[in-house]
Amino acid sequence: MATTQTHRLAEGGIVDRMKPLSFTFDGATHTGYVGDTLASALIANGVRLVGRSFKYHRPRGILTAGSEEPNALAELRSGARREANSRMTTTELYDGLEAASQNRWPSLKRDLLAINQLGAPFFVAGFYYKTFMWPARFWEAVYEPMIRRAAGLGDTAKLPDPDHYEKAWAHCDVLVAGAGPAGISAALAAGRAGARVILAEEDFIAGGRLLSDDAVIGGMSGAEWLAGALAELAAMDNVRLMLRSAVFGAYDGGTYGVVERVNDHMPTPPAHEPRQRLWRVVAKRCIVAMGAIERPVAFANNDRPGVMMASAARTYLGRFGAVPGRRIALFTNNSDGWKTVDAALNAGIEIAAVIDARDELPTEYLARGRAGGFRVLHGVVGDVTGGRGGISKAKVALKDGGTAVVEADCLAVSGGWNPAVGLTCNQRGRPVWRDDIAAFVPGDCPAGMTVAGAANGDFSLSDCLAGGHEAGVEAAGATGHARKAGQAARAGTDTYALTALWHVSGKGKAFVDQQNDVTVADIRLADTEGFSSVEHLKRYTTLGMATDQGKTSNVNGLAIMAGISGRTISETGTTIYRPPYVPVAIGTFAGHHRGENFQPVRLTPSHRWAAARGAAFVDVGAWKRAQWYPLPGEKTWLESVNREVLAVRNGVGFCDVSTLGKIDVMGPDAGAFLDRVYINTFSTLAVGKARYGLMLREDGLVMDDGTTARLAEDHYFMTTTTANAALVMQHLEFCRQVLWPELDVQLASATDQWAQFSIAGPKTREVLRDILDPSEDISNEAFPFMGAGEVHLRGADFTARLFRISFSGELAFEISVPRGFGEALAENLMRVGGPLGITPYGTEALGVMRLEKGHAAGAELNGTTTAGDLGLGRMMSAKKDYIGRVMAGREALIDPGRQVLVGLKPVAKSGRLFSGGHVFAKGAQPGPDTDDGYVTSVGFSPVFGQYLGLGLVARGRERIGEIVTVRDPLRNTACDCEIAGPAFYDPDGGRQRG
Amino acid sequence: MRLACPFCGERDASEFTYLGDAAPVRPDAADGDARALHDSFHDYVYLRDNVAGVMREWWYHSGGCRVWLTVERDTRTHEIHTVEPAPGATAAVKAGRGER
Amino acid sequence: MAAQRGSQRAGGMNPKYSVFALVKHAFGGHRGWQRTWRDASPKDHYDVVIIGGGGHGLATAWFLASEFGITNVAVVEKGWIGGGNAGRNTTIIRSNYLLPGNTGFYELSMKLWERMEQDLNYNTMVSQRGIINLFHSDGQRDAFARRGNQMRIHGIDAELLDAVQLRRMAPFLDFDNARFPIQGGLFQRRGGTARHDAVVWGYAHAASELGVDIIQNCAVTGFCREGDRIAGVETTRGKIGAGKVGMAVAGSSSLLAAMAGFRLPIESHVLQAFVSEGIKPLLPGVITFGAGHFYVSQSDKGGLVFGGDIDGYNSYAQRGNLPVVEDVCEGGMAILPMIGRIRLLRSWGGIMDMSMDGSPIIDFSPVDGLYLNAGWCYGGFKATPASGLTFAHLIARDEPHGEAARFRLDRFARGAMIDEKGAGAQPNLH
Repeated sequence: MATTQTHRLAEGGIVDRMKPLSFTFDGATHTGYVGDTLASALIANGVRLVGRSFKYHRPRGILTAGSEEPNALAELRSGARREANSRMTTTELYDGLEAASQNRWPSLKRDLLAINQLGAPFFVAGFYYKTFMWPARFWEAVYEPMIRRAAGLGDTAKLPDPDHYEKAWAHCDVLVAGAGPAGISAALAAGRAGARVILAEEDFIAGGRLLSDDAVIGGMSGAEWLAGALAELAAMDNVRLMLRSAVFGAYDGGTYGVVERVNDHMPTPPAHEPRQRLWRVVAKRCIVAMGAIERPVAFANNDRPGVMMASAARTYLGRFGAVPGRRIALFTNNSDGWKTVDAALNAGIEIAAVIDARDELPTEYLARGRAGGFRVLHGVVGDVTGGRGGISKAKVALKDGGTAVVEADCLAVSGGWNPAVGLTCNQRGRPVWRDDIAAFVPGDCPAGMTVAGAANGDFSLSDCLAGGHEAGVEAAGATGHARKAGQAARAGTDTYALTALWHVSGKGKAFVDQQNDVTVADIRLADTEGFSSVEHLKRYTTLGMATDQGKTSNVNGLAIMAGISGRTISETGTTIYRPPYVPVAIGTFAGHHRGENFQPVRLTPSHRWAAARGAAFVDVGAWKRAQWYPLPGEKTWLESVNREVLAVRNGVGFCDVSTLGKIDVMGPDAGAFLDRVYINTFSTLAVGKARYGLMLREDGLVMDDGTTARLAEDHYFMTTTTANAALVMQHLEFCRQVLWPELDVQLASATDQWAQFSIAGPKTREVLRDILDPSEDISNEAFPFMGAGEVHLRGADFTARLFRISFSGELAFEISVPRGFGEALAENLMRVGGPLGITPYGTEALGVMRLEKGHAAGAELNGTTTAGDLGLGRMMSAKKDYIGRVMAGREALIDPGRQVLVGLKPVAKSGRLFSGGHVFAKGAQPGPDTDDGYVTSVGFSPVFGQYLGLGLVARGRERIGEIVTVRDPLRNTACDCEIAGPAFYDPDGGRQRG
Repeated sequence: MRLACPFCGERDASEFTYLGDAAPVRPDAADGDARALHDSFHDYVYLRDNVAGVMREWWYHSGGCRVWLTVERDTRTHEIHTVEPAPGATAAVKAGRGER
Repeated sequence: MAAQRGSQRAGGMNPKYSVFALVKHAFGGHRGWQRTWRDASPKDHYDVVIIGGGGHGLATAWFLASEFGITNVAVVEKGWIGGGNAGRNTTIIRSNYLLPGNTGFYELSMKLWERMEQDLNYNTMVSQRGIINLFHSDGQRDAFARRGNQMRIHGIDAELLDAVQLRRMAPFLDFDNARFPIQGGLFQRRGGTARHDAVVWGYAHAASELGVDIIQNCAVTGFCREGDRIAGVETTRGKIGAGKVGMAVAGSSSLLAAMAGFRLPIESHVLQAFVSEGIKPLLPGVITFGAGHFYVSQSDKGGLVFGGDIDGYNSYAQRGNLPVVEDVCEGGMAILPMIGRIRLLRSWGGIMDMSMDGSPIIDFSPVDGLYLNAGWCYGGFKATPASGLTFAHLIARDEPHGEAARFRLDRFARGAMIDEKGAGAQPNLH
């Protein structure tokens, strides 16, 4: 592979020069090495222009070497895997990587949208609030589409994400966030003390600044110490180092969100492996050792390619052996920035000058300049010149009033350091301002969290090592681990001295938030217009709202606002730091919960059998239920459903009703308990009998209904609707455990224990007789309507339950067998019923028959109906108290004008009704004031040969026989209907009792 | 948020179902005339102190032992102070184990 | 009504915002702009004091001034205006409500949204790009049909789309591999979004122009009484006398009610919302997922703005937890599997004033002179203009506005709840 790496040092760094990688950027092929990031590889290839800014389309280069990067964003990969806004600085290079610059047209070098720069005087903060208002309809038609096309950053995939994500839980005593010197020191101490430790590091190599900066620790080089420390950690079973794993959020109860980028360093994830993994880490203690972020200084044209953070320049040189400039100038307001000088000189790079902005410039620095052969200027950089290819000159304003020009192709800038306080503020703690380091440090941390090292404002290496160690010992001790933790490693101390500097006045745009193109002038305008509070500043100018979450801009912005508005930085305060600390892919939060696996599926006992018969299935809550069973030759679903209904009405059919909630209610007080939860009485129910029951919520509206049988003196078997099974169980447990603990009653959910089938139709007994043990008598006398009891099946050694209840209105039984026998029962029913034409039926036929019978179901039990609305008011016992009794008596709930359940029968036999249509008196002008109700359920009745409906209609029971008009403007239909009693079919119920 | 269920141990709050303030007590239906009863039930069902601070509240371990718990929790910070089973909960758990 | 009055500018200090003003100021380096609203200090007495400088409070003040001629009005805000739920929502506007009381009210709101920029001389970016509510079963379709018909009967636009029509409009939805296959949707073309912060600033701007005092960093610590009547508020900036006091403080409603000596049928819950990194245009309008807990739109800046259910427990913490973040993202991936690689950038939590039936309260309080505006649940942002108008009407005329006539506090005692979800008296289910 021919190298294209014109800006790579011959040696040095921790890239593997024996392992070259090939990649493309905007279609051009480049090479890099294993160990590179996309950013370091581009620098090694001499690429300086990597992106265009959001609003003005200004040319931008690489500013940082970490997740705080505002400029160097790329569309990574292609097709369904295209990811917008990927930070080049954290993208691990792999062979074949494809990257493209964003937000430019037609190309990065010749971006026609750079014309926006001409409009820059106009496009100030918030300009859009003051215009685009006339004419009103132009916003959606003209202005907004234009803005939307111009806005956004990268383009994302338009195809389903082909990769997988997964989620996991992890538990530990101590979570250490960040594996720099402080984090490693903390993990060593806590691990040695015996605590279970997870050390999570965002980078793909542990070490933090030790990877970039020269250091001496305990007499060893930083690299040697690091290797030893990592080896020791690896040897401890109780310590787990997680690389490529960023701690992004601190949630309640010591739960931390961690995103592990499992396979982002591969072109595609290997088979059966996820792309990323969401960890919910439950940690008794957390040590935040996430370091600090170097901050820029705002001066004119400070966004030009070639302007780079001083620490980033060191990282590119030291860690990657990549050369960000042949002739580097340093602009610093603090002592730490000077480290870049040594790093550059060691790498053989020329230093053009150092511009030191501190109030006092110690003479030793002048000496360093003389020794290194470069100028040391006491002043500030006011402007840089140079085009999209990078800077060429920096203009310096000297403290003594003079000016100087420095020729350089890279300006390394250090405005000081901001501790990475984000995670410490996730529970709304506010950071505290420290004047001595001119930075915010963590204030009130979430419970169980401590902070060590640079994240705590302790910037020297020795303090990082000591602070980490101390935090590790303390956290281990607090979680009950006190074995010997040894001593903290020692390093030389260096002092950190700075003079706060946020911006340098001058002509030209001075950028504070480079990604969102927010300038010092925008902040000034915000103050002028009254948006001086940090929250208003953020919202008005969009400062800090870009994908870098303001990591390099928030503190600078509020410091500049403080200066403009005449407040201290402390008074000005910060905005709220919210999770996630680094942006996290939506897919990662979703894990496997997508597509068919979005939510779990519950299958009925006869599912496999029904599927084999070609049944169509319908989702009912989590359940898949057979909707109908098509036979060959049937052209429409309605044909199948009509056949199923008629089979039941005239012969026999069966239906899997196992999805109904089933609850065993047991104990001496079971009857008394049911009396309090149902509106009707169950304590008087005879053993061997079942009864329809209705329960209310405490607000007096209907909660659920079902049939409950008494199997023994102290044992009731309750059924609930499918939809409310869990809710009813929860409600009953509340009643039992909280409201009436004195009652001796126990509950057990039995929904999944029983397979239950309804067998219905005039020929039901003939089928059952072949199924049941011959000793079982199911004659009308021995097993009358609403009878219930245990039975035995032919040749079976389990006990089944039989209930003579009917939803269809026909002679019907429901039979329960242990769930595992459900499928066999279905097969057996088909076998013995075959000669009688037994027909399995689905939920559609079930629905049609219940509609013909006028039974209320889900559409009528919609949470806004009363027992009276459903025609069941007479069931409300006056002799006892029960849940909902008092509130059911409120005036509006007993208003005679309420909408009540009725049947709706189209006057014309061909009349077509739709659910959701609204009911009006015939001839009434449709409008809100004449709306009399709505249609809840509609079905085609093959018995009546027409569509029938149920509806809730004002004063409906008084209006039986009246012709009303059902209007459905959505579907542009109107249908005259006769109001009927809800039971169309066999209203006297003779058939089900026969 | 994590709740220490007295029966199952410490679990994530997503295993639980929330009901709300445990302070309102269901009125005795035998108390008072119809009007007074209506008022007391109205208050019980609808009115809330909506505490900003430590509140006793009902949580149900729906994804676990099905026990109702009273939890003292600070609504300003989500800090959990105590977790206790409901009065009738112990019997429920015993019954589950086949004890009386 | 308000349009005409609103354009009668009371000799304000700011030049009218326009493209011409922008160009003019560009030549002056934008140093000549005035404050968007006057930063007022409290006077001793006002005709009306509104507590709460969110969208509802500021809209109320503007309508009091522009519609009812009451300009001696103060809005007191404990922090910075728009710092509460007005700035922490998913910016959706719609009037696709089911129940009498809500339908007409939210349509009034929609009509006010449609002319807001011209009313306020502020671009609040009301964008009617449409809202689709997806349905996944016959039962959901029937419920949406009932709702859509209710809308049409009220003269509101609504269309019931089948899967074929929907696929044409939103081909990017997951029709084929879904756990709950999409069968269609209820579509309101006039639904959409607005720029939430701009709504706050726009009302502040326009109200201030009409003489309303906007007083920030002024927390109410108690009520002043004359006999049984409220006669003002005690604040961190001193006592402020008032002929009438209106409260529009969302999640803090119960705390203020407690100061006044009564309890409300309200609980405060945390609702999280989310925004992704900015991307080039992907989604045209608003989409809500009926079988999961997810609604999404794309902002003009390019971020996907999305949300789901409340966390489910009482909270004043303004932040939530991971299970709901996951739940919402699962919903997103279920219908839009192309968003998997888009990164979630920020999450936040607002304190929702969840009422016991899911619908708001705009009414007299039990204390004379104190007026209530509360219980907005998920509906607060879209209600902003109608809430302002109807609350101003109540305060000015001492009678409820016709479109808010059902939002009475005593509806719970009467049994006349407005319960769109049918969930009963459990606020975390609304």
